[in-house]
Amino acid sequence: MKLSPDQTIFWEYGFVTINLTIVTTWALILVLVIAARLITKNLKTDIHISRWQCFLEMVVTLISNQIKEVGLKNPREYIAFIGSLFLFIAFANICIIFPWYVPPTGSLSTTAALAISVFLAVPFFGIIKLGFPSYLKSYIKPTFIMLPFNIISEVSRTLALAIRLFGNVMSGGMIAGILLSVAPFVFPVIMNALGLLTGIVQAYIFSILATVYIAAAVQGIKSDEEKLTINI
Amino acid sequence: MQINWFTVIAQVVNFLILVWLLRRFLYKPILDAIDERENKINSQLNEAEAKQAEAIKAKEEFIHKNNLFDQQKEERMNSVVNEVKETKSKLLEEARSEANILRKKLEATYKAMQESAHGEIAQMTQQEVFDIARKTLADLSTVSLEEQATLVFISKLKDLNTKEREQFIEAFNTDDQSILVQSTFVLPDLMQGNIKDTVNEILGLETTIQFQTSPNLISGIELSTSGYKVAWSIDEYLNSLENSIYKTTMEKTEVISENK
Repeated sequence: MKLSPDQTIFWEYGFVTINLTIVTTWALILVLVIAARLITKNLKTDIHISRWQCFLEMVVTLISNQIKEVGLKNPREYIAFIGSLFLFIAFANICIIFPWYVPPTGSLSTTAALAISVFLAVPFFGIIKLGFPSYLKSYIKPTFIMLPFNIISEVSRTLALAIRLFGNVMSGGMIAGILLSVAPFVFPVIMNALGLLTGIVQAYIFSILATVYIAAAVQGIKSDEEKLTINI
Repeated sequence: MQINWFTVIAQVVNFLILVWLLRRFLYKPILDAIDERENKINSQLNEAEAKQAEAIKAKEEFIHKNNLFDQQKEERMNSVVNEVKETKSKLLEEARSEANILRKKLEATYKAMQESAHGEIAQMTQQEVFDIARKTLADLSTVSLEEQATLVFISKLKDLNTKEREQFIEAFNTDDQSILVQSTFVLPDLMQGNIKDTVNEILGLETTIQFQTSPNLISGIELSTSGYKVAWSIDEYLNSLENSIYKTTMEKTEVISENK
């Protein structure tokens, strides 16, 4: 039994490997972009709009409001990154309803990539907002002694992000596979339904944590998101 | 649970591409559309507020004008009512005055008509009475009414007392000594001769008497000279009858008027 879609390789040339994770990710990106393009092609600014536009607006407004609630005052600057994280993870996890589909989020490489993206995004937004020196100063707050702990925190939370998402999605797939072999009827359906819920929840957790990290970096405070990370 | 580092890099790149694509095709257009709609709604709300303010102002103005109009209407109505009352009383007064004039005219006309009718009735009555008397006299005796009347007249002349005779003579002498005898009928020569003899006897001289017939005298004879008159006619009896008829007519008329 393959634990990760990384193990399904289509083409390999030295270091370069085209596996199921990458191919599925491309397919998901293609579907998301084409759908977005189709819906936003004929956007209307009147009061009466199409249902799809209404749905997309609801999703975007929801993400925007969540970002604002976490503490980022101008969600427009962060919505592309955080919203894409949520949509990609959620869409990748929702697609488990399709037979033979293996979510790319079940690959540690993908979750690591997403966690690395967050790891890079945090200083990126922090530096843009506060400037390089101010951002660096945030690591020695409240005292200089906290510097190593802050750095460890940065790395550990990135690792936690990657492992949490991978673990949840992979375990869901594993349990479904095991149950399929033990009890082929009914139970896998229930587990799949639970998997959908878990997938959405994980997408929410991943993106909200990313938002909290970015918010902390942007505001130069590093206490609240640590508590949030521990609680989750 | 191995990490394929190429996959990690590829996924990072894939994710960044996805971020860029979604930013271009999803978030930006959607957020722009939302912003534009919000702006539109805001502008519409502002416009609506402005229109509402205008409407409130117009409403207040309308209410003010309406109140003013009502006030003016009431004032004019009162003025018109007063005018109408005045005109009404004036017209009533005029009508009353005209009615009074008309009533007086009517009364005068009625009175005139009544008098005229009364005169006509009197005339007719006199005529009828005269005719009846004449016929009755003709039937009951051999003398005619005129003849009998002349005899009565002569008898009246003869019965003049001394004072009356003196007055008669005096009047006769003051004038041109002419005597006029008027009668309603043509006096026969015999009667004329009798009257003449009686007058001559009273005056004590021969006079000439002028005889005339006068329709104004109803069955009567009148002798006149310089304002002195000796007459006999059935006028007195007729006047008595006439007065009686007139009195009865007037009483009935008053009763009818009172009933009305």
